[in-house]
Amino acid sequence: MIKFFLMVNKQGQTRLSRYYEHVEINKRTVLEAEVIKNCLSRSKDECSFVEYKDFKLVYRQYAALFIVVGIDQTENEMAVYELIHNFVEVLDKYFSRVVSETLNLLQNIFSLSKLGGSVISENKSKEKNI
Amino acid sequence: MSDVVERTLSALPGLLGQHDPGAGPGGAGGPGRVSASSRLGSLIRSITALTSKHEEEKLIQQELTSLKATVSAPSTTLRLMKECMVRLIYCEMLGYESSFGYIHAIKLAQQGNLLEKRVGYLAVSLFLHENHELLLLLVNTVVKDLQSTNLVEVCMALTVVSQIFPREMIPAVLPLIEDKLQHSKEIIRRKAVQALYKFYLIAPNQVQHIHDKFRKALCDRDAGVMAASLHIYLQMIKENSSGYKDLTGSFVTILKQVVGGKLSADFNYHSVPAPWLQIQLLRILGLLGKDDPRTSELMYDVLDESLRRAEINHNITYAILFECVQTIYTIHPKSELLEKAAKCIGKFVLSPKINLKYLGLKALTYVIQQDPNLALQHQMTIIECLDHPDPIIKRETLELLYRITNGQNVIVIVQKMLDYLKESQEEYAIISLVGKIAELAEKYAPNNEWFIQTMNAVFSVGGDVVHSDIPNNFLRLLAEGFDDEKEDHQLRVYAVQSYLALLEEEDKLYPQKFLQVMSWVLGEYFSLVTDVDPEVILTKLHSLLKKSFVTSETKAWIMAAATKIASHTSCSKTVDEIIQELSSSLDTCLRQYAFELKHLCEDKALMKTLLPFDASCSDLVVDASLSFLDGFVAEGLAHGAAPYKPHHQRQEEKLSQEKALNFEPYGLSFASSVSSSGVTGRQSPTGLSFGSDISGNSAETGHKETNTLKLEGVRKLWGKEGYLPKKENKTGKENEPQPVPCGSLLAGQVGEAPALQPEQGASLSEEDKEKQQLASTLFIGLGSSAGVSLMGKADTATQKFKRKSKITETQQLSEEASDFQNSAASNFDPLLDTIPVNVEDSEGSMHTGLRKGSPSSSDTVEDNLAFETPQSLRKSVLDDRISANRLSQSSLFADNNIEIFQPSSSAQCESASETPLVPSLPEELEELPHSKVVGLCQSDALALHLCKVWTDESLLLIVFVSNKTTAALHAVNLVFEETEHFQILESATSHFPVIEAQSVEHCQKCVRMNKVCTQAVLPASVGYQSEMETCLEFSVTLSLMDFIRPMEMTTEDFGKLWLSLSNDVKQNIKMSPCQDSLSAALDTLQQKLKLHRVDVIGNEGILACQLLPCVPCLLHCRTHSGMLALWFRSPCAALPDGLLYQCQKVMEES
Repeated sequence: MIKFFLMVNKQGQTRLSRYYEHVEINKRTVLEAEVIKNCLSRSKDECSFVEYKDFKLVYRQYAALFIVVGIDQTENEMAVYELIHNFVEVLDKYFSRVVSETLNLLQNIFSLSKLGGSVISENKSKEKNI
Repeated sequence: MSDVVERTLSALPGLLGQHDPGAGPGGAGGPGRVSASSRLGSLIRSITALTSKHEEEKLIQQELTSLKATVSAPSTTLRLMKECMVRLIYCEMLGYESSFGYIHAIKLAQQGNLLEKRVGYLAVSLFLHENHELLLLLVNTVVKDLQSTNLVEVCMALTVVSQIFPREMIPAVLPLIEDKLQHSKEIIRRKAVQALYKFYLIAPNQVQHIHDKFRKALCDRDAGVMAASLHIYLQMIKENSSGYKDLTGSFVTILKQVVGGKLSADFNYHSVPAPWLQIQLLRILGLLGKDDPRTSELMYDVLDESLRRAEINHNITYAILFECVQTIYTIHPKSELLEKAAKCIGKFVLSPKINLKYLGLKALTYVIQQDPNLALQHQMTIIECLDHPDPIIKRETLELLYRITNGQNVIVIVQKMLDYLKESQEEYAIISLVGKIAELAEKYAPNNEWFIQTMNAVFSVGGDVVHSDIPNNFLRLLAEGFDDEKEDHQLRVYAVQSYLALLEEEDKLYPQKFLQVMSWVLGEYFSLVTDVDPEVILTKLHSLLKKSFVTSETKAWIMAAATKIASHTSCSKTVDEIIQELSSSLDTCLRQYAFELKHLCEDKALMKTLLPFDASCSDLVVDASLSFLDGFVAEGLAHGAAPYKPHHQRQEEKLSQEKALNFEPYGLSFASSVSSSGVTGRQSPTGLSFGSDISGNSAETGHKETNTLKLEGVRKLWGKEGYLPKKENKTGKENEPQPVPCGSLLAGQVGEAPALQPEQGASLSEEDKEKQQLASTLFIGLGSSAGVSLMGKADTATQKFKRKSKITETQQLSEEASDFQNSAASNFDPLLDTIPVNVEDSEGSMHTGLRKGSPSSSDTVEDNLAFETPQSLRKSVLDDRISANRLSQSSLFADNNIEIFQPSSSAQCESASETPLVPSLPEELEELPHSKVVGLCQSDALALHLCKVWTDESLLLIVFVSNKTTAALHAVNLVFEETEHFQILESATSHFPVIEAQSVEHCQKCVRMNKVCTQAVLPASVGYQSEMETCLEFSVTLSLMDFIRPMEMTTEDFGKLWLSLSNDVKQNIKMSPCQDSLSAALDTLQQKLKLHRVDVIGNEGILACQLLPCVPCLLHCRTHSGMLALWFRSPCAALPDGLLYQCQKVMEES
C-alpha cells in the first residue's frame, strides 16, 4: 500500500502532497519535515530506500526536486521507485511546455501548481487502486 | 504495485478530451482558467520567494482571510469559487487548515458545471476524511451524477466514490454502481470496479452478492477493467485463498498473455509490458500456490517464462524478478525454478548498484529460512554488506542475520547488532533492534555470563526507549528460572555480581529501566552472594536515592529493594539514614515507603514473613473481598456513615438528581441527600455486599499488578495473609563467587568468539582472512553443504534458556489456584457433611427409638450463611488446611449438586442397597429434569428416598416412603420444617393413612427459596405407627442452583434490564487452559449452571438466569488475557454473590 506521495524541493518545502490514508493536517507538517530530513541527508551512493518508523520511504531526485513515496512493508520498493519515474514521465508528457525546460526549479513549481488543481485529479482517479 | 500508470496513459487522453470541451465552449472558461492558474501561480511564486517559515505563515494567513471573505460572499460566482478552491487546496497542502471552505467544496460539486464540479469533487476528496460528517451531504450529488447521461459526470461521481464515501450510505449507491459494470464504455466499467473495490475494503459484507460480477470484470475484454478487478481479487485471496483456487488457471493465462506482449503497447513501460500488472498477478499466484502442490503445478511454466522474459537490464524488470523470486519461494517448491531464483538473487546481491543490492538482501532475507545454503553461497557478500557505509544496507543485513541466528553464531551476530545500535540515532530502529537482541539472547545464550552481559548492554544502550516487555521478561526469566536449579542459581548470582560491579562506578548514568532492573535483582537475590555485606549494597542503593537523575518511579523500585534487604539485616545504619532522609521527602510516595520501612523495622519478625526470600513467583493470596475490613465497615455504618455505592450507581443517582427538581429547602440539602442514598443504596447489615463490591476492583488491580512484576513489598500490605512463608531452598549450595569481568559486552567480542579456524589457502590477505573468519563464525551451523568447507557442524546447541512454555505456566497457576480453592471447598465439607453425619447419627440411634436432636443443624445454617462470602472464610481455611484435606473429593457441589447424599459409611450403604424397594418416579415426572433417587434415611420399618425434580416454575421434592416390613404401616406423617431460607408451598406436611407392606408411597413438595444462600438444609421428620410410635429425623440439603433457571430474553431486553438493576458484583477469575476461549467458558456456565446465553459479541458474552419464582440475575462475561471477568447484576443483593461462587466453582472444575 502506498501511504503518501510527496514532492519536495531541496529547501525542504513541500510542493505537492497526497495522502492515501487520513492524516491530520498538523501531523502532516511534522511528518513531512521528518521525511524530508531523512531523504535529504542521504548521499547519492546510498540506496533510495529509507526505513522510517514502521514504513519505508522510496525517493528519487530530479534536479532540485525530490519525490518521496511512503509505503508499507508489503510493497515492492523497486516497483515504487519506477512508479515515481513513470509519474514524472506522465507529467512530462502533459506539461511538456514546462518540464521540457529541464526541471528548472521555478518552472517545475509552476507545473506543480497546476498539479494542485487538475493533475491531482488525474492522479486521484488512478492511484486509489494501489 | 499497479498499473496506475498504464491507466494514466490510457485514460488521460480521454479525460482531457472530455474536460477541455467542458471548459472550452463557454468561452469564458478559457480566460477563467488562465486567471485561476495565474492567481494560484502568483501565490506560489510569492511563497517560493519567501525565505522564512514565519513569512510564509503570514502570507498564507493573509491569503486565507481573503479567501474566507470571498467564499462566504453571496456574490461569488461558481467560477470564482472554483478558483478559490484551488487556492484553498494549496493552502491545506502546505499545512494550513481551511475548514471554512469544506462546505463550499461540497456546494461546488453540487452546483457547478463540469469543470467546476470536477474541482469541487477534487477538493472534497482532499479535504474530508471517511468519517467526516459533511460527507453525508455529498451522497445526494453522487447519486444524481451517477444517473446523469453525461459520461463525464458519471466518471467524476465514480471517481469520488472510489476515493471517499461514507460507509453507511453504500446501499444508496450500490445498485447504481452495479449497473455500471455493464456499461458500454470501458472507463466507466473500470471506475465502477474501483468503486466496488473501495466498498469491499470498507464494508466487505455489502458487496458479497456481486462476487460473480467481479468474475465478469476479470474476463472483461478491456485490460484496464481486468486490471482493476485484480485489486479486489488480491484482497479477497489474501483473506481466503482456498475459495479462489479455481481461478488459478485464469490468472495464469492472463499473466501468460501479459508476459507474451499481447497487451496494447500503451501498457508498456520502457518496453516492458504492464510491469505493475505482472507484479500484481505474481502476488496473487503466490497466495494461491502456497502449500498447495496441485495449484502450484499450474503456474510453474508461467513463472519460468516470467523469469526468462525479465532479462533486460532495467530497474522495472528487477522489480518483477524480485516478485517472481518471492512467488517461487512461497509456492510449493520446484527445484529447477528454485535454482533459477537463487541465481537471480545472486545477481542482485553481487550487483554494484546499491538499490539492487538492497533488493537482493531483502530477497535473501525472505528465502533464507527455506534455504539456508543460499546464505552460505553469499556469505562473503553479506560480510561486506555488514560494513557497508549505508546504514540502511547494514540494517537489512542485520535483519538477514537475525533470521539465521542459531546457538553457535549468536555471539557474533548479537555483537554486530550491538555495534549498529551504538551508532544508530533513530528511536524506532533502536526499539526494534533491541527487541531482537533480547529475543536472540534469551533463545540462544551460550552461557550465563554472556546472557547477563548482553542484557546489560541492551539496557544501557537501549536506554529508556526499550519496550517495557524486555525488562519484564528478563526479570521474569530470572525469577521463574529454568528447569535446572543450579543454573538458576548461577545466573542470579552472576546478575547480582555484575550489577554490583556496574554500580561501583559512582558517577555513571544508567537508564532508569536499567536501574529498576538492577534494584529489583539486588533486592531479590542479594543474599545469594555471600561475600558481600548487605550493608554495602544498601549504601549503594542509598547513594542512588540521592542522585537527581533518578526518577521517582525508579526511586520507588530502589526503596523496595532496600526494604527487602533491610528485612534480612539486623540493624543497619544505612537503613536508618534512608528512613530519616526520606521521611521528610517531598515525594509522598517515597515518604510513605520510608514510613512503611520504619514501622516494619520495628517488627523484624513481621517483616521477615512479609518479605520472604525468592518468593516473587509464588502466587499472592489476596483477600479480594477485603473481608478483614468488614468490622470496620460495620462500625462505620453503625456510626451513620452512608453505605458504599458502586461507581455506576453513584453516577446514575447523580444524573437523576440533576434532572429532578429540588423541592427541598437549601438548608436541608445534607439531610435529604443522606436519606435519598439510604433509599437507593444497598443496605446490608452484615456488610457482606460491601466486601464483594470492593472485591471486583481489588481483584482487577491485583491482576494488573501481577502482570508487571512489581515490588511485592507494596502489595503484601493489602492481603490479610500476605505470603505464606516459603521454604528457602537454595541456601544450602552457595557456590564460589565468580569473578565478574567489569568490561561490558560493548568491547568487541568478535575476536574472542569461538571461531572454527577454517582451512584456508595461505595466499589470502590479512583482511580477507579476517572476513573469512568472521564468515565462519557468522554462518556456522547453517547446514553442511559440501562446497563450503568453512562450515562446522550442524546446529547441535540446544536453547539454553528454554522458557517454560506458557501453557504449563498457566496450568501451574491454575493448579495452584485450584489447590487453594479445593482446600477452601474441602474445608467447608466437614460442615456440610454434618448432614449425612446427622443422618448416620439418627440411624445409629434408631434402635433405641430415641429421637436425637440434630446437634449441628443450627451450625449448618450459620455456616451456610458464611458461604455467601466464601472468601471471608479463607483465613480459617488456611489455618486448618490439614484437617480439611480428607474430604476434598466428596464435594457436595459436584455434578449439578444432584448427589445430595453420598453414602460414605459402608455399612449403611450396603443395607441401603439391599433394600429391594427401588422407588422410581411417576411417569409424568420422569420426563422432567431430575436428580437420581437417593436414600435419605431408613429404619427397620421404612426407608426414605428423595428425588429432586427441576420444573420450570419450581423445585419439586419427591419423597418416597417405602415400607420394608411385612405389615402395613399406619399413620405415616411426613413433616418439613420451614426455615428462614425455604418456604414449602401448600402444606408442609404429608399424611399417608396407610402404607401397605413392601410398597412405596410418594409425596411431592414444592419448595421456594426465600432467602438467598449458597446451600442450606431443610430439616424434616417422618413419624409412623408400627408397634410403637416412632419418629425419624432427616434433612434435605438444597443448593442455590436448585432454584436457578435459565431466563430467556433478547439482547435489548437484557440491556434495559441491566441498566435498571443496581446490585452488582464484579470478579475476575482465572480460566484454565482447556477452556481458554470465551465460548468454552460460556458453554460451561450454560451447561453446569443452567444460565441462558443471550448473546455473544466478540470477547464478551451475556447470560441471564432467574431465581425462582422470578428474580432475574444478569451476567456479563468478558475474557482478557486468560482471565474471565464476570459482572453480575440483580435486584437481589445476595444473588450475585451466590452465583459468583457457583461460577468460580464450575469454572474451576471444568
